[in-house]
Amino acid sequence: MVDFSLWDILRNLLLAARWTVLLSLVAFVGGGVAGAALLLARIARLPGADRLVGVYVQLFQGTPLLMQLFLTYFGLALFGLNVSAWVAAGLALTLYSSAYLTEIWRGCVNAIPRGQWEASGSLALNLGEQLRHVIVPQALRIAIPPTVGFMVQIVKGTALASVIGFIELTKAGTMITNATFRPFTVYACVALMYFALCFPISAWSRTLERKLNRGR
Amino acid sequence: MTVTLDFGAVLAEWPLLLKGLVMTAALTAASTCAGVTLGVACAWGRVHGGTAVKAAAAAYVELIRNTPFIVQLFFIYFGLPGLGIKLAPEAASFLAMVINLGAYAAEIVRAGIANTPRGQIEAAQSLALSPKQVFTRVVLPPALQRVWPALTSQIIIVMLGSAVCGQIATQELSYAANLIQSRNFRAFESYIVVTALYLGFAVLLRQLLAWAGPRWIFGRPAAAR
Repeated sequence: MVDFSLWDILRNLLLAARWTVLLSLVAFVGGGVAGAALLLARIARLPGADRLVGVYVQLFQGTPLLMQLFLTYFGLALFGLNVSAWVAAGLALTLYSSAYLTEIWRGCVNAIPRGQWEASGSLALNLGEQLRHVIVPQALRIAIPPTVGFMVQIVKGTALASVIGFIELTKAGTMITNATFRPFTVYACVALMYFALCFPISAWSRTLERKLNRGR
Repeated sequence: MTVTLDFGAVLAEWPLLLKGLVMTAALTAASTCAGVTLGVACAWGRVHGGTAVKAAAAAYVELIRNTPFIVQLFFIYFGLPGLGIKLAPEAASFLAMVINLGAYAAEIVRAGIANTPRGQIEAAQSLALSPKQVFTRVVLPPALQRVWPALTSQIIIVMLGSAVCGQIATQELSYAANLIQSRNFRAFESYIVVTALYLGFAVLLRQLLAWAGPRWIFGRPAAAR
């Protein structure tokens, strides 16, 4: 049997943490783009968009992320697409993030007083111009703290990708445990690494929120 | 290619689904009671405790809120036996859910307590209520009422998160889905059915908590006042 020193455990976990970070980024960027598109469909009052996006959000917020991962994984396989755990996890987490982000951002856009829409409309700005020059700059300011806060949710969500065989921090922890038989040390290290990833983001989000509230 | 879905094969296993649902409901009910209590205790600690209590409560809240539930669960189930603490899967799931909910509830309840008008506390003190009475009778009930919607959402998140407990062989709803798909190879259908059950349970739980809160948690029992 190969002996694992504490450094070996940490080194292997750090290598696996890259994939946690990468998957989080994919989910955040993909979810952000999709979430913005869904929000735009709602704001532009595309027929039925409000209802459909509402149901979409309810579906993703009312079911376990683990089930969403399984459904994506087995659902794609059912349609003859033999996808890797990477694609399934990336897709599932993107959809999950898009549902939350679109709802967070909708709240921010709704927080902009109606008068702003009316005033910019009366200046003959079309929807695109209204959004670009009037609504988005104001909504963005209040959207940033909760968006940063949601990034923590995404990082923690990627831990579930381990269940469908995606090798990230948690899965690496399980594998190292099976090799070293030191679950206490390994899972403590895994937890601390997640903490090291998430705590700065949480703290940043709180600072942003405080700044925003002070500005008012 | 054509995709044929066979939900009958999954629904035929309804006793397994029912058993899983009962376990999920039981875990949720037990961990909600214990978790909210723990949360209130920590919120009290963060507001009124000494320096050490404040620091300990803050560390607990930050540590739990910044690590994934699945890692907390694995640490309790696989890691703690290293210290000689061996737990059954159900006990480990319960403990993990309580610890998880406790940290989030602490933050939520603390926000509610922080919004208590100063005058109410002063009025209560001027009536010679003890600090304990001020907290349990004057500060806590309206605080819980203010944050009840947020607390409800958090309880639902913990319920949905409990799907992970199947990974350590707790025989709850997602475990039932795993078992069924290993029997009839209808993976997609069994996960669809179970996901729908989770969704239905989440809706039901939200209504149940909205109904139960005013009656039992922060309500005003007519006889007592």
